[in-house]
Amino acid sequence: MLMINLSILLIIPLITAVIVMVCQNANQVKWTALLGSVAQLGYSSALMVHYISDRAAGNTAQMLYETRYSWFSKMNIEYYVGVDGISVAMIMLTAVVVLTGILISWNVQKMVKEFFFLILLLSVGAYGFFISLDLFTLFFFLEVAVIPKFLLIGVWGSGKKEYSAMKLALMLMGGSAFVLIGLLALYFNTDTGGGAHTFDLLKIAHMQIPIAAQRFIFPLMFMGFGVFTALFPFHTWAPDGHSSAPTAASMFLAGISMKLGGYGCLRVATYLMPEAAHEYSWIIILVSTIAIIYGAFATLMQTDLKYINAYSSVSHCGFVIFGIGMLNQTAINGAVMQMVSHGLMTALFFGAIGMIYERTHTRQVAQLGGLLKTIPFIMTVFVIAGLCSLGLPGLSGFVAEMSVFMGAWQNPETYNRTATVLACASIVVTAVYILRAVGSTGMGPIKNADYLNFRDAAWNEKLASATLIICILAIGIAPFWLNNLVSPDTQLIMTNVTRTVILK
Amino acid sequence: MGMDFLLIMKSEMSLTLIIFFLLFLKIAELIKDNKTLLHVANFLLLGHFILGLFFNKEGVLFNGMYFSTSVLIAEKSILHLGAFLISLQAFDWLKHNKHLLEFYILMLSTLLGMDFMISSGNFLMFYLGLELSSIPLAALCNYDLNKRKSSESAVKMILSSAFASAILLFGISFLYGVTGTLNFAEMAPLLGSSKLQILAFIFVFTGFAFKLSAVPFHLWTADVYEGAPAPVTAYLSVISKGSIVFIFITAMFQLFKTYEGLWYNMFYLIILLTITVGNLFAIRQSNIKRFLAFSSIAQVGYILLGLSSGTSVGASSAIFFLVVYTFSNLGAFGVVSLVSAHAGREDIDDFKGFYANNKFASWVMAICLFSLAGIPPTAGFFGKMFLVTAGAAKGNYALISIAVMNMVISLYYYLRVVKAIFIDENEKPLPALTGSLSLKISLVICIVGAISMGFASGLFDYLNTITGK
Repeated sequence: MLMINLSILLIIPLITAVIVMVCQNANQVKWTALLGSVAQLGYSSALMVHYISDRAAGNTAQMLYETRYSWFSKMNIEYYVGVDGISVAMIMLTAVVVLTGILISWNVQKMVKEFFFLILLLSVGAYGFFISLDLFTLFFFLEVAVIPKFLLIGVWGSGKKEYSAMKLALMLMGGSAFVLIGLLALYFNTDTGGGAHTFDLLKIAHMQIPIAAQRFIFPLMFMGFGVFTALFPFHTWAPDGHSSAPTAASMFLAGISMKLGGYGCLRVATYLMPEAAHEYSWIIILVSTIAIIYGAFATLMQTDLKYINAYSSVSHCGFVIFGIGMLNQTAINGAVMQMVSHGLMTALFFGAIGMIYERTHTRQVAQLGGLLKTIPFIMTVFVIAGLCSLGLPGLSGFVAEMSVFMGAWQNPETYNRTATVLACASIVVTAVYILRAVGSTGMGPIKNADYLNFRDAAWNEKLASATLIICILAIGIAPFWLNNLVSPDTQLIMTNVTRTVILK
Repeated sequence: MGMDFLLIMKSEMSLTLIIFFLLFLKIAELIKDNKTLLHVANFLLLGHFILGLFFNKEGVLFNGMYFSTSVLIAEKSILHLGAFLISLQAFDWLKHNKHLLEFYILMLSTLLGMDFMISSGNFLMFYLGLELSSIPLAALCNYDLNKRKSSESAVKMILSSAFASAILLFGISFLYGVTGTLNFAEMAPLLGSSKLQILAFIFVFTGFAFKLSAVPFHLWTADVYEGAPAPVTAYLSVISKGSIVFIFITAMFQLFKTYEGLWYNMFYLIILLTITVGNLFAIRQSNIKRFLAFSSIAQVGYILLGLSSGTSVGASSAIFFLVVYTFSNLGAFGVVSLVSAHAGREDIDDFKGFYANNKFASWVMAICLFSLAGIPPTAGFFGKMFLVTAGAAKGNYALISIAVMNMVISLYYYLRVVKAIFIDENEKPLPALTGSLSLKISLVICIVGAISMGFASGLFDYLNTITGK
């Protein structure tokens, strides 16, 4: 079997990006980008298969395939990468979303070369983030994505794109500023002997960070990563950003970029500072419950398809934070599954909206109608995405949300139970807006005679949708498969979280 | 002595030789063609930079008047590299100028002054170097002879630097009065807590703050930068400022180490003001040179933040940042020089739609601005990270928070320029500008530096080793 070297996950998209820049014409660019992302998906799948078989063979190390180079030795900064089940799941998600995003963007006309270059650069940031075990490296990759996001929205976007691009870039930069302050404070509160400090995630996890420092650092980190995951009240970049972005960028932003935040909240904030996580859990639950309910009701008021999905993403990502805030294994498992499920589902949703928009040139629900008759394939995809979003059993959304609620209910306190009931209730609202959107765009009379001449999905669109739908169905029908992948590691995180609390 | 003497003072020696050689060329009028002259000058500066990397020797000369250490040699090399890059960028502007040799003679005189200043171990030598490095600069600012703004810039430059020198001299005279010596090494242990000594220290500190254009002593900066020709502005903002930072490190870390508690508080205030005011004013600028002037004021704040730690890591972070800053800022100025020399435009609005016809220059500008903003994967990210990390060692998180939040503000105005270049529509964008080969080479060097320096961890490690000694 082939040896796994995680750095290849960074090298493949980087090389593809370089080749894209020297390509001669648009066709070459597209095929290079496609081949690169297929290769990346192939390598990610190999990584996953390898990982599962290694685990089955009894390898119980916390992280597999570790690589470690000293980067700036004076400050103990290392290039240190490794994966566990959670990261493998996130890497697979990224590979799928990037591949489908590239397929969906097949008809980009303007500055094709630059477009695919930036998409690939964006994906490097995500892969790097998910494999980093050194906080400096992690932060580096978190910020790599700022430039591509700004340019993708600003140059290829639609609507008030300048405003949205600037807002998104500044808010995400603000989020990473919080993270940076937290990181530095954390760094100077570690001690590896002789007054030396470390950014090493695993070493820090086994240290006792003073509780006073945790009280200060945890909110900064959680807030900072919270901005990325569009946590209320830092969610305002998401609707504007998603709706102005070109389709592939929306898919990436909602599908992966928002997951960086959730992953960071779990892996960095909660894992490293368990005492503070326990202390602040009531605030996390409060804020995420507000996000869930507020997001759902805000979606009700939207008339633009992209805004509908953007606000519903705020609500769905609220479940991720909600699960983390509950601090028990079932809920955190659910949070991780919700990250994967929402990533796939929202990518599919944005993809379908992009396909509709490309044909109708409007995203206003009121102007659409009867599309199921003219473009049945695309609308079916749209309906499936919608059903997944409202949590239909058999699709991934149901499994993830169920786990979160089950975990949340295990918490016997009235406060938590009330929050759980309220969050559950939001599903009803979700059903209302999803069914309404699907109904009024797909059913009813055809509002515009032009709609009759539409061409249904092309090969690239069909391929992209099919890939995402297969993944969603696979998770929905066989959730144990994803569950088995991540649960040993969520358990490990929980042991750390509870252990330190008992010690206290 | 003998040969050692030559090796220790190698960089000053070779600079003096180059200046005399250029003077000779001027008087003898051997080469009439401007382009050939410029190539000669560029090669001499390149040779000078390369020579500075080899056969270096540490030592002390003239009874402690002159020092040469690995750190100082590294610092000088940064300045020499910057001067070489600026010389390459000045090509397009100087090729029709009949006073081009004078330009080089003046510029190299200031460089010589900076070398002496950085190496000085005595206030006399320091002051000599400082004046040599600042008076010719005023003449350089006035080099666009038919522009009024250029003259205004020169007058402001000379008045403000005279004022700063006066304050500095005032402080130095007090220091001499209370310690009876001008030698750094002898003075340091004699400094105590007497009020007069502290007053003298504050005067010297203020003089430095003026030269660094730290807020509230920054008012001259924007006007001088705006009026001076683009390559001279680049020289002022990178080389001139860099040299002051270097001698400032020596002064604070060796001479005034006793007052660390005091100067930390002064740093605190000045960092807050410099970063915030620099950023807020940069937002409002419409002229690209004024914009870069205010952004460079804010950058000084970050350098001071690193130095405020008072540790060797702080010093090496500051030196490393200056390397990165040299590449990034000169890259941006190179594009400004290109546009200014060929299209005569210097407003941010003129850059609207720049990407349509000038793809390479646009990417250079964007990458350099992102590097200045501290966004990875550019080197600026590492430079800023190290400075902030060094500053955070003091545990003053209020200061760190404000500095880090200011990075968000700075991103806003850098993105404004990037937006103008890539996103904004323009009916008549600037035509394709073909700069000279020299200019292109300098842009390539800058962009390679601005991307690769962060991954070249060897440099930072080396700087840490030598400052740690």
